[in-house]
Amino acid sequence: MRLLTGNDLKTGAVTWWTGSDWSIHVEDAADVAGSEDEIARREEAARRVNSPYAVDAELQDGSPRPSHIKERVRALGPTVRPDLTLKPADPEIGNWVI
Amino acid sequence: MYKYDQYDQAMVDARVEEFRDQARRRLEGKLTEDQFKPLRLMNGLYLQLHAYMLRVAIPYGTLNSQQMHALADIADKYDRGYGHFTTRQNIQYNWIKLEDAGDILADLAKVEMHAIQTSGNCIRNISSDHFAGATADEVVDPRPYAELLRQWSSFHPEFSYLPRKFKIAVIASDTDRAAMRLHDIGIQIVENDAGELGAAFYVGGGMGRTPMIAPCINPFVPLDRLVTYAEACLRVYNRYGRRDNKYKARIKILVHEMGAEEYTRQVEAEYAHLLEEGVEPPFAELERIRAYFEDPLFEAGAGDEIDRSDPDFAVWVDRNTVAHKETGYVSAVISLKPVGGIPGDATAEQMRLMADLAKDYSFDELRVMHTQNIVLPHVRKADLHALWTALDEAGLGSPNLDTVEDIIACPGLDYCSLANARSIPIAQRISERFAANGKTGTLGELKLKISGCINACGHHHAGHIGILGVDRKGVENYQLLLGGSEAQDASLANITGPVFSEDGIVDAVETVTTVFERERQDGERFLDTYRRIGMNPFKEALYG
Amino acid sequence: MAETLRYRDDQPVDHPAVTVDAFVDQSNAQAVRIEPGDDTRELLPHLQRLALVEVNFPAFGDGRGYSSARMLREAGYEGELRAVGDVLVDQLAYMRRCGFDAFEPDQQFDMDDVKAAFERWPEVYQNAADDRTPIWTKRHP
Repeated sequence: MRLLTGNDLKTGAVTWWTGSDWSIHVEDAADVAGSEDEIARREEAARRVNSPYAVDAELQDGSPRPSHIKERVRALGPTVRPDLTLKPADPEIGNWVI
Repeated sequence: MYKYDQYDQAMVDARVEEFRDQARRRLEGKLTEDQFKPLRLMNGLYLQLHAYMLRVAIPYGTLNSQQMHALADIADKYDRGYGHFTTRQNIQYNWIKLEDAGDILADLAKVEMHAIQTSGNCIRNISSDHFAGATADEVVDPRPYAELLRQWSSFHPEFSYLPRKFKIAVIASDTDRAAMRLHDIGIQIVENDAGELGAAFYVGGGMGRTPMIAPCINPFVPLDRLVTYAEACLRVYNRYGRRDNKYKARIKILVHEMGAEEYTRQVEAEYAHLLEEGVEPPFAELERIRAYFEDPLFEAGAGDEIDRSDPDFAVWVDRNTVAHKETGYVSAVISLKPVGGIPGDATAEQMRLMADLAKDYSFDELRVMHTQNIVLPHVRKADLHALWTALDEAGLGSPNLDTVEDIIACPGLDYCSLANARSIPIAQRISERFAANGKTGTLGELKLKISGCINACGHHHAGHIGILGVDRKGVENYQLLLGGSEAQDASLANITGPVFSEDGIVDAVETVTTVFERERQDGERFLDTYRRIGMNPFKEALYG
Repeated sequence: MAETLRYRDDQPVDHPAVTVDAFVDQSNAQAVRIEPGDDTRELLPHLQRLALVEVNFPAFGDGRGYSSARMLREAGYEGELRAVGDVLVDQLAYMRRCGFDAFEPDQQFDMDDVKAAFERWPEVYQNAADDRTPIWTKRHP
């Protein structure tokens, strides 16, 4: 599957296109295969996202997992500061990223 | 240290307003991201892996307690309670919002700080010797010259859209503590036989994809022509630096492709022309700046003895204090490399403590080292134990300066969108490994540097041991390099062979230190042994 | 093409701007357009017959035109020096300092932004091709 990701213009937060909106949670990301360029252009022009681009992902346990480790670090937060990630309490999260 | 006058203050204040206006126009859609990007970069604002990242300038690594407190306040108010000290003597915040950036710059301006030109294709922060003004081996304090060049380079109308970034370092001793020859321009202030001071210009050094050691293009530029010569160097670069390929756009490529001789010829011609154009400030300006860098009021007859009865304190004194030109004083290094910690990171609380300690014990001055530690430049020996006690309590007392635990690491894939691999966990595991095997002390001086990608922000080419993160089909792997040096004996490290996994690289580092211990002669450092015996013994041990 | 901004008192030159090579060859040409890769110094022997120099910025990030402009002013060129192409309002202040006195941007400027750009800097650190007094002169009059 393909996910569309970018940053929130004002806050810089990493965001994922859900199909109707932008979410900071990669679990909410929708498959944009086939329409990624069109959505990216429209959303960027409306300033609802900054610098969007598409990435490959697979479904794992029903949830999108980006194929590249860099995007997984981006999705969650720095592996060396679990307290600063989106899932500070999840002990399994290292396995998901790496 | 330097203090702004009303002119300097007016410039940073104007810059804050300019940026606020640019950010507003971006948020309103009057500027596209492509148009806004170079403008925000020239204010140190990156769009990074997790959020906007702000790089604040710490000119030639010098700051006072008020400024350090302000950095702590910014970490708490606008970020997540910590900052990262970089390999160019700056500080970075990783969780910045664009909508706050104007306010942050305003807060910085209140304490004579800024983020001007810490990124972008312009002249960046000018770095210098972190022991400047304290060390006995300098011919003069290099920092006034760095300050003169800082002002010259700030908002320079001709050189703000260069082919690529431009990094300058200024030193004034034969011992190079600022990796001077690995800069686009490195300047060493030297003294000639007649006792006159001049500037030796080295142009075309750098790391990254194609590391190069800068050749000397002029061994003695008179100090009252420093700016004119720098301007000539920049103009030739601006005109002829490559703009067709981002990876070939640094001045090192120009000097290499043109040849140092031809580049020098063009610079000398431009210099002769510019001498007629009045670009040089009057010498009185340099003297005005120099007055800010006079010695603090050292206590005459300060005691030269240190009570070493506390063994942990004694180890710290031996490793983390450096000889001072004044009797009874040392420079003390605050380690930001606790075993298993994130190299170069400091919490807001730690920043505040360091600020207060500087005020109490170091004439209100701190320095950021390019090796990501903090220096208190002027500490009375009599105060060392109290200082160390406070540092130790705060996790800032690791006695590991220049040892294998004193690792330089870029933020890597945990923080940086350019990275191929994570660097911080490697640093953590290596320092833990050596703390556990107890060999940190016996190995002695061992400069280990880790970069998460070929951009080499961790300066791995200049490591006695260097590690480079690479991406092999989406899996992090690590190249091992040996034999680099960033000092006056500059050399570029050599690759040992095939890459290692994350587990493998930690073992590999331990392996090469074992070879070193076996082969070492007469108090050699790791670097010396490597240079004497070459790569083969290490290769054999690593790959069998 | 958007409106040209001009900060000169004299009449604009009506000649077509030719390339550097063509200008050097044609003794009756009065206007030239410099591309980023041109060597501006080829024009220096011919400054007396030059009334208009256009400096092209095909991409705003290519800063070679700033050096071209400043070098012409240093050589004594007093005619119109016009920045054309991908010129953004945020570059105007530095361009002016390098000696540009006319601007022909691809995209229309917002005149409020132009005014703000030119009024932005109360002081300057360097001696450049404009007539602004650098801070070091003010410090040491």
